Amino acid sequence: MNNFFDLKLVELGRWIEAFFADFPSLKLVVHLLLCTLPLALSFMGAFAFTTWLERKGLARIQNRPGPNRVGIFGLLQPIADGIKMLIKEDIVPERSDKLFHFLAPIMLMIPALIGVGFLPLGDGLHALPLDSAIIFFFAISSLNTIAVFMAGWSSRNKYSLLGGMRAVAQMISYEIPLVLSAVAVIMIAGSLNAQEVVASQQISSWVGSGNILQEFFGRILGWNVFKPWGFAGFIFFFVAALAEANRSPFDLPEADSEIIAGHLTEYSGFKYAIFFMGEYISAFAIAGIGVTLFLGGWNGPVFSGLPWFVLKLFSLFAVMIWIRGTLPRLRVDQLMGYAWKFLFPLAILNIFLAGFYHFIERQWGTAIAMLAGWILGFGALQLAATALSRLNQSPIMRSKRVYQLVE
Amino acid sequence: MSLLAKGILKGMAVTAKNFFQSYYRKERLPTVQYPEEKSTITPFTRNFPFLLYDGDDAVDGMRCTACTLCERACPPQCIYIIKDKDEKGKPILRPRIFDIDTSVCMSCQLCVEVCPYEAIRMDSAFELSNENRFEGLLINRGDLLKSNDYYHALNPVEARETDDRIAAKNALAEAKKKARQKKTRLAAAKAKRPPSRLKKSPPAREKPPQPEKSE
Repeated sequence: MNNFFDLKLVELGRWIEAFFADFPSLKLVVHLLLCTLPLALSFMGAFAFTTWLERKGLARIQNRPGPNRVGIFGLLQPIADGIKMLIKEDIVPERSDKLFHFLAPIMLMIPALIGVGFLPLGDGLHALPLDSAIIFFFAISSLNTIAVFMAGWSSRNKYSLLGGMRAVAQMISYEIPLVLSAVAVIMIAGSLNAQEVVASQQISSWVGSGNILQEFFGRILGWNVFKPWGFAGFIFFFVAALAEANRSPFDLPEADSEIIAGHLTEYSGFKYAIFFMGEYISAFAIAGIGVTLFLGGWNGPVFSGLPWFVLKLFSLFAVMIWIRGTLPRLRVDQLMGYAWKFLFPLAILNIFLAGFYHFIERQWGTAIAMLAGWILGFGALQLAATALSRLNQSPIMRSKRVYQLVE
Repeated sequence: MSLLAKGILKGMAVTAKNFFQSYYRKERLPTVQYPEEKSTITPFTRNFPFLLYDGDDAVDGMRCTACTLCERACPPQCIYIIKDKDEKGKPILRPRIFDIDTSVCMSCQLCVEVCPYEAIRMDSAFELSNENRFEGLLINRGDLLKSNDYYHALNPVEARETDDRIAAKNALAEAKKKARQKKTRLAAAKAKRPPSRLKKSPPAREKPPQPEKSE
């Protein structure tokens, strides 16, 4: 029963390819198209669905019904939005750098789609099965920064430029805790191959055993998020991923109350839509790599494979929407301070904790490692967090605040 | 740090509560989907004035006497009245033209306050948009006239109060009229001469038209 969907999908691919068996060059083209086209299309579809989900979710949080005019529950709203975007005038500022203004959205879209290709969507469903997929993913996804800055610079608009500058500072800063929290996972898995990282999150002695209960739990309890270092690492990763994807509360590059729309200010029509799509797909990619690294990838108790990956991806995105509906935007200095003075040291500490956990697990077994990891590891993290927050406080803040106007 | 985390978790709990309760609690989703459903209107809603008439015939039962008090009281001057005349050119106590401009009216209700004949009241109808922005927004006498039953349906409490007031006024006018008739009869008997045209007309002008019409 396990991996049912994935096997069927792989079979379908083979079946289609078999038609072109006599033409090797054509077969290669078909193979490439089968690897890339469904992936790109499905993530664009997911983008459309997510805009609806986000608008609905935010609306409900704010006690509104949200879009409900186009189609049932407003489900066709993304199509209406897309048509609206398509028929809008494409305005390019007269004195902008027209070439780069044109290239920036494409430049954002390409790494986002390549990044999606590195995700192991299921058993054997992997568009770019490289041995160094994880490191490649981070390398490609950091190209986003260039695209955003290109947009900010080429628009010849102060708001755009400010947004671009903020984006560069933020994305580069948060890349460090992002990668460092992933390092722990890679260290334990012993591989940069995404499929092997996923495979390392099964309890291997249980999965093949044939015992139903062990089969069931062997695919859940092995997830990195259930290990002490993995839990902490997941939180660091998630916070950094929010910043990396320019999502609230780290949406400073697009802070509309301060700098209109940041690097998007001078974009309109279809370029804006492409920009928007690129940002969402890179958010998908980064959430997907989070699922792969910490939430057990496509592992699930029953029907292990693609459905579980999709489910986890959308739940993670739902949490992002929930956070967007809750938290206010950070200040610039808070943002940078949080990355460098707080997340960065803790992520480094987490690498050591992962090593410590791994060592204990090998020496004395999982139970003691769990106990020691949760108690000692979290004690250490808590201690470090408290110390860091004390250190980070300015001298003025350390004394008790006195409010003069409030009784 | 723990303070920050606690604050974030608290905020998340609040938004989650709002999210889920919006599916089953009315006060968490107060939006009214306007064209399909309309929000309930209280009897005290006021939006645009209308004219009242008694009985079945709108023109005969019209309470308005074209005294133009409302026309003069209207701050944005959106009321336009022309008095009616009969075939001989004699003025009748009734407006021939009574127009109110919707686009100018500011719903202040001063016309209602000032009317001595309880002839004008505020309506709660709010869908006044029109395809023609000149004639369509100028509402004329025929469209302004609404029956007393309409007023009763709109605001029963105030309508009853108004009816009581009119009835009391009518009773008073009746009593006065009787007294005056008695007086004139006595005077006529005394003077033993037919009442002149000049003497008769002033009381007719003073007399409110209400009693005549309600009879």
